[in-house]
Amino acid sequence: MSINWIYPEYEVVRNPDRCVSCRVCERQCANEVHRYDPGLKRMLADESKCVNCHRCVALCPTRALKIVRTDHAFRENANWSGQTIHEVYRQAESGGVLLSSMGNPQSSPVYWDKLLINASQVTNPSIDPLREPMETKTFLGRKPTHIRRDSEGNIVPDLPPQLELSTPILFSAMSYGSISYNAHESLARAAEELGICYNTGEGGLHKDFYRYGPNTIVQVASGRFGVHKDYLNAGAAIEIKMGQGAKPGIGGHLPGTKIVGDVSRTRMIPQGTDAISPAPHHDIYSIEDLRQLVQSLKETTHHEKPVIVKIAAVHNVAAIASGIARSGADIIAIDGFRGGTGAAPTRIRDNVGIPIELALAAVDQRLRDEGIRENVSLVAGGSIRSSADALKAIMLGADAVYIATAALLALGCHLCRSCHSGKCNWGIATQRPELVQRLDPEEGSRRLVNLVRAWTHEIKEMMGGMGINSIEALRGNRLMLRGVGLTDTELRILGVRHAGE
Amino acid sequence: MLREGLDGVRIPSGCAVSGIFSKSGRRRSGEDIIRSIALMHERSNGLGGGFAAYGIYPEYKHLYALHVFYEGKRPKELCEEFINEHFDVVNLSKIPTRKNPRIKDEPLIWRYFVEPLPTKLAESQLDQDTFVSRCVIRVNSQIDGAYIFSSGKNMGVFKAVGYPEDVGDFYRLEDYKGYCWTAHGRYPTNTPGWWGGAHPFALLDRSVVHNGEISSYDTNRRTIEMYGYQCNLLTDTEAITYLIDFLVRRRGLSYEETASVIAAPFWSTISRMEEKEKARLTYLRSAFSGMLITGPFSILVGFNGGIMALNDRLKLRSMVVGEKGDDVYIASEESAIRVVEPHLDTLFAPRGGEPVVYRLNPPAE
Repeated sequence: MSINWIYPEYEVVRNPDRCVSCRVCERQCANEVHRYDPGLKRMLADESKCVNCHRCVALCPTRALKIVRTDHAFRENANWSGQTIHEVYRQAESGGVLLSSMGNPQSSPVYWDKLLINASQVTNPSIDPLREPMETKTFLGRKPTHIRRDSEGNIVPDLPPQLELSTPILFSAMSYGSISYNAHESLARAAEELGICYNTGEGGLHKDFYRYGPNTIVQVASGRFGVHKDYLNAGAAIEIKMGQGAKPGIGGHLPGTKIVGDVSRTRMIPQGTDAISPAPHHDIYSIEDLRQLVQSLKETTHHEKPVIVKIAAVHNVAAIASGIARSGADIIAIDGFRGGTGAAPTRIRDNVGIPIELALAAVDQRLRDEGIRENVSLVAGGSIRSSADALKAIMLGADAVYIATAALLALGCHLCRSCHSGKCNWGIATQRPELVQRLDPEEGSRRLVNLVRAWTHEIKEMMGGMGINSIEALRGNRLMLRGVGLTDTELRILGVRHAGE
Repeated sequence: MLREGLDGVRIPSGCAVSGIFSKSGRRRSGEDIIRSIALMHERSNGLGGGFAAYGIYPEYKHLYALHVFYEGKRPKELCEEFINEHFDVVNLSKIPTRKNPRIKDEPLIWRYFVEPLPTKLAESQLDQDTFVSRCVIRVNSQIDGAYIFSSGKNMGVFKAVGYPEDVGDFYRLEDYKGYCWTAHGRYPTNTPGWWGGAHPFALLDRSVVHNGEISSYDTNRRTIEMYGYQCNLLTDTEAITYLIDFLVRRRGLSYEETASVIAAPFWSTISRMEEKEKARLTYLRSAFSGMLITGPFSILVGFNGGIMALNDRLKLRSMVVGEKGDDVYIASEESAIRVVEPHLDTLFAPRGGEPVVYRLNPPAE
């Protein structure tokens, strides 16, 4: 083997005055960075294995550790960054496609940060959410186009199937297999307590979690892993995954090393085989095929459950969404290009697709222009980082938002972006039992509940500030947004005026 | 100066509203409503006032009465060409006015009594009301300088930039007799450049006077614009009028049901109701979620044969209702009722979101 040209990105800094050689760091690190040298009687570290996940730092009882970015550097070059050079070295060595995890870390524009929210002054009173009702309840699904009355003239309240949420936030799809049993249980329990939904992802639903059905969205993806009649009927809604923001246009690949035990059983594939989701659904090569899948899923579930179609935000997303809105689907989920993933080819993650803000604004406007916005609800995801992002998404036109990275952060994820290695020290993106047990579903769900409640509080405060006491009065309320530092084109697409106008 | 709505300018306003309705259909002149709204002089600032009156054109009660503002002769020619193409004009005239030193810069103000041309109507495959409303929206959004501000049968809107009492004097409202009158005094926070921005706002026979500033405006506007309406004025009142027109005329809701959509009860209230009512209100709220109005408002909705008063669900604007025999008085302030009728049988303040609807007895034709 040739010499490794890559100097480690991070350095493990250990304060010898504090370290008591308790070896916690050694036991906690699945990457085997730390080891004890009996001869020297002290701890040593192999930085080349470190992914900067902070597990050792967080558990070090004497706070003797920190991980810092190395100051070792290439000659300065504005065109060839150290990262780029490293990637060339790695590919020259391996001949392979670069893999990455979690969302695009590049400095592409984040429009949320360039949108500002309004508040009432004088002409219209703000409303105090501590004193007045402040409503975040949300219904997702198609709206009726005409009203039916019985023989006495009373309205027949026959709403098409709806997904009822206490707050307009859902946990986005993450499959059992890509994340652990305990991570799934945390999400399911939190969703139940919050009155929202989590999403199984494409790996089927573990038999233990059928009892969270009313708070579960079951996903049907191109690999159809774990899909059967009971599964489809178990959830509150069915999601057809056509695409994912982190990797539009390609499928998925869960390595055989993760297809063990219950994961294999739940996915209904043999242990140790790679779970490969094809890039397209091989029964959907066009919009009319999608319509057939939507209808057959509805038939299977007696037309009682809304069907979601999830697509990645790509260039012609508005036209695609318009087609989906006429396909019989009840909800469209749009996933922006900063959305997360358990594993994606780096070049695709960082270069394919468009930001969710622009996609969402374009889709909402297109559906309105065509008069079919009430045919579907819109869920936006692909990096909603805070309650402010969530609120801005709703103001641009979303009915609700999907969050996944934020939910994983709540569970302990430190965004080391190494999910594809399967050695998640926080027990989230791994199937190794000794790592999985580190995530306590009781504690995990408590933290998820806290996060969503905190965001909901913040949303209510901002709503009250605008004199709005019901979330539906903010949906598509773009007049309450202003842009800063945006071009005319960006403002036009977002449908927002510049601050000061 | 930028003109309200036409140049993308949106102006919030505070306001006074008043309404007088006779359940027995007794018609009275415009003098009482002028006295009522004039008492609330302090609630307006001279930048907008107006009236809607019902039952004023009995001799033409089967014809649509179009009241039109023209900024010059050219828009008038264009608009009349359009009207002649689409309608049979039975009568036309200038609307009679008198000079008032505080009402200035008046446009040309014309009135047409029309009915849709049968051939055009058949060609459009629409019912009469839809045909007329589409024509009105088309003129207002496409003919620069022409603005149809009243288009109902046996009713009319009279409005201008000025204090409402001067507007009433200007339009000689003492010469009209109606069973229902509503009035509006406006307190915009900016200077509206033209008369179209004054209230009431009306489409067909539905007119709305409104006090408040709705925080759901853009949600409501973008929702209603999906159904062929165009909010040209960017005022709350315009959006509210279209919402009500849509829900009542096109979706067939009653005014009470409409109130349950635009000033819906809170979910916490709905959850305490018996199952049937819960299902009904859940249906209305979720089916028309984009039409919920938040923020302060008190509105009076006039329509042929009735009137509805409605407050926002938190009651962030004042409004009281008084009754005396067959007569009903509704106003932002009690004093504006007492100045017309000091001896009331009853007086009450409707709760937030609680619609108060009165209809003619017997009903209008």
